[in-house]
Amino acid sequence: MLQGWGDEILRGLGMTLLVGFCALGVALVMGLLGSWAKLSRSAFARGLATLYTTVVRGVPELLMILIVYYGTPTLIQNIAEHFGHDIRVDFNPFVAGVTTIGMIYGAFATEVFRGAFLALDKGQLEAARACGMGRALAFRRIMLPQVWRFALPGLGNLWLVLIKATALISVIQLTELLRWSDIAARNTRQPFTFFFVAACLYLLITLVSQLALHRAERWANRGIRRA
Amino acid sequence: MIDFQALAEALPKSPVDLAVIVESLPQMLQGMQLTVELTLISLAIGFSCSIGLAMLRLSRHPVLWMPVYGFVFFFRGTPLLVQIFLIYYGSGQFRFQLMDLGLWVYFRDAYFCAVLTLTLNTAAYTTEILRGAIRAVPHGEIEAARACGMSGSLLYRRIILPKAFRYALPAYSNEVVFLFQATSLVSIITLMDLTGVARTLVSKTFDVYEIFITAGLLYLAVTYAILGLFRRVEHRWSGHLRDRPDEAKRLRGPLAGIATPML
Repeated sequence: MLQGWGDEILRGLGMTLLVGFCALGVALVMGLLGSWAKLSRSAFARGLATLYTTVVRGVPELLMILIVYYGTPTLIQNIAEHFGHDIRVDFNPFVAGVTTIGMIYGAFATEVFRGAFLALDKGQLEAARACGMGRALAFRRIMLPQVWRFALPGLGNLWLVLIKATALISVIQLTELLRWSDIAARNTRQPFTFFFVAACLYLLITLVSQLALHRAERWANRGIRRA
Repeated sequence: MIDFQALAEALPKSPVDLAVIVESLPQMLQGMQLTVELTLISLAIGFSCSIGLAMLRLSRHPVLWMPVYGFVFFFRGTPLLVQIFLIYYGSGQFRFQLMDLGLWVYFRDAYFCAVLTLTLNTAAYTTEILRGAIRAVPHGEIEAARACGMSGSLLYRRIILPKAFRYALPAYSNEVVFLFQATSLVSIITLMDLTGVARTLVSKTFDVYEIFITAGLLYLAVTYAILGLFRRVEHRWSGHLRDRPDEAKRLRGPLAGIATPML
């Protein structure tokens, strides 16, 4: 049925997952930084974080990818030209895709982490400080383990949306699942078959992720008494 | 009418080429018009369909709820870009069957395929939002309505749906913003929406920043206008849940903020 394109499609699936995981990593780091800035006492940090989430929420993902992919080389070239160098820069679509998707979902992760930090019991932190833990140690031992538990449902949702957003990177020619399906569809003249296969594989990722998230939530809440 | 050309020539030289922005604005605004048009058409059709779909989804008969469940699962679980490709390019595989049915003229058209995909997509998401909202209507109110002799469509029209719409509003405002931004994908199937216009202009002028960032700012402005509009509607629809102004003044103590119920 796939006329020998099965292995390319599978390789594309692998690439989609790889891009997804890398972007998730970027998003988590950005989210932690962003929520830390939003909850900080410095008005400058709060303003910067608000600007970040506002811009990301207001601009379409596709446009963001185009700006990063086509804009960054131009920016570097313009700066180089300013200093009298004539260089040509090509941006790797993988790096561009991971950075952009990571930055976009970092803004959503910021809100998730912010909610999770606010849900923490203040008394526990005070107790930790009273026991003589420093700020960093209290953050690592007391806050972070609990933040994961509060943030897990939100982050799970984020992952499900993020993995679908990686399909947009096919626009800048990264050979992930949708790009390979597109190439196969053009070569075999069976577009419906190949795009349907791609759709089913995305559904499979969603299904497996949902199962895994359900497990993870149960595991994270194992020490909590239920009402 | 503003003479954009003259305005562009009058601008001083700067590192950011302001003249390019001003010159391209009329075309960009035309693109924005298509973006808004696609959003509004898909939202209107999608929302109308989703009311019926949500009711079917909540029925006890597997024959009724299972197809809706499958539809919602498929459209929420796959990327919109795949759905667009599946309908626009995928229909080509059934070209002769569609020709026999006389439907090929529609599926050949990128505009029709874009509206169809966006409509199906938003219908699926809205069905899920409405399902949650309908289930959140307190059972006592439905019982009371039944005791008053209401049933069937009257019960839905007077009691369940008005309440459900109010519950659904915050989630639906997010869906509207999501769809508005998702219309940028139609530029991939050759339509000249705001993103499509921006891409064409960039390939002609190579002013990547000026044009893409202007387009981004236009999207940003409309997004926050939509969110502001929904906040006003939310405020209006929850009027009966707020304290009266004079009462709020009386309550202005430590509990004043808590006394206002959240929707």
